Amino acid sequence: MANLKDIKTRISSVTSTQQITSAMKMVSAARFRKAEEAITNNRPYSDKMLDVLTSLALRTKEEAHPLLERREPKKVGLVLFTSDRGLCGSFNGSILRSVDRFLNEKAASYESISLYIVGKKGLEYYKKRPVEKFGQMTELFGNVTYGQAHEIGEDISTRYAEGELDLVYMVYNEFRSALTQVVVYDRLLPVEPPKVDPDTVTTEYIYEPDEEHMLNWVLPRYVDVRIYRAFLESTASEHGARMTAMESATTNASEMIDRLTLQYNRARQESITSELMDIVNGVESMK
Amino acid sequence: MSETTFRLEIVTPSRQLVSEGVEEVTAPGIQGEFGVLVGHTPYLVELGIGELMYRVGNEKRHLAVRRGFAEVTRDKVTILAEEAEFPAEIDLATAEKLLAEAEEEMKSLSVSGESKEYLEAQAKIDRALNQVAVARKHKS
Repeated sequence: MANLKDIKTRISSVTSTQQITSAMKMVSAARFRKAEEAITNNRPYSDKMLDVLTSLALRTKEEAHPLLERREPKKVGLVLFTSDRGLCGSFNGSILRSVDRFLNEKAASYESISLYIVGKKGLEYYKKRPVEKFGQMTELFGNVTYGQAHEIGEDISTRYAEGELDLVYMVYNEFRSALTQVVVYDRLLPVEPPKVDPDTVTTEYIYEPDEEHMLNWVLPRYVDVRIYRAFLESTASEHGARMTAMESATTNASEMIDRLTLQYNRARQESITSELMDIVNGVESMK
Repeated sequence: MSETTFRLEIVTPSRQLVSEGVEEVTAPGIQGEFGVLVGHTPYLVELGIGELMYRVGNEKRHLAVRRGFAEVTRDKVTILAEEAEFPAEIDLATAEKLLAEAEEEMKSLSVSGESKEYLEAQAKIDRALNQVAVARKHKS
């Protein structure tokens, strides 16, 4: 039987761990709500952007802009969204595993696959592994701004226009609910204009300055918005995953405390019983 | 909705600022300010930087906007701005400080014209100047 003091120490250490995990759960829950709200707030902007792009795409050809141009995919880029911090369950693990699989399976079909890594965890993971990188961004701390998305978007759009990349995917945890996140591969470039039913009546706009200018303006921004959106999805997923992970850690800690307390009481009783036995035996032997 | 009002929606990537029936909107287009009343021809315009005004009844409200575009249809105006702020949300002191900093930066640049640094500094000045102007004008 473990001695009383050892058990007591363990109980107090598990209790303090539990306090940390439950505090982290609370923080994540608050951040998660904020992230969810950010997705909702962003929706009108993204939707409208798509509307405008659709109406522009109807009247323009594929050659109208370099970001629309399809090329035979030789050089592929992946924009990988991981988190800066750990303790979020399988959030980073599942996305990194999936990317590894992608790299293994597709290595033969493309000339090269390079990564743009967002988040410290992804960066650390690929530090020792032989992969091509073309960019990185860390230290976001859950505070994603449109400016950051624009920075990545500009970089990638330029590379695409210059022919450094032929096909770009975003890989991120899509937010379904606090409990489920799904790793998705979302094609970023070339931009695929939404399919429109040719019979739909669309508004004929007067453009200012002109149609071509508008397309030049909207397309790169559409790319930025898509990236921003992926950022938001990934952030919400991260906090959701952490919330769930911390929740189960807290529950596990309570179970452990219960078990240890039981053990402690048993040990205590046992020692009392054996002390009593000693006394009784002592008294018996003196008779 | 009565016959003189139309719907105005102002959205940025991070939030929706306005969604209500208005009677008049004026906004800074890239090639000059434009005004919209109900029944305007469908119109798609790139926004510059400046002040947006909309009127509900007799009450005029103002916003500082920067870059984006506006979609005008017969019964609705949608403003997609990269940045938009109400005067009350602008911190005048911070904006003035930013303006002074940006002007310093501009002075320290030896080159002028089309260089990237020059354009970036110019953009910073424009942004701060717009915030200061709108905040000064409408902050009570």
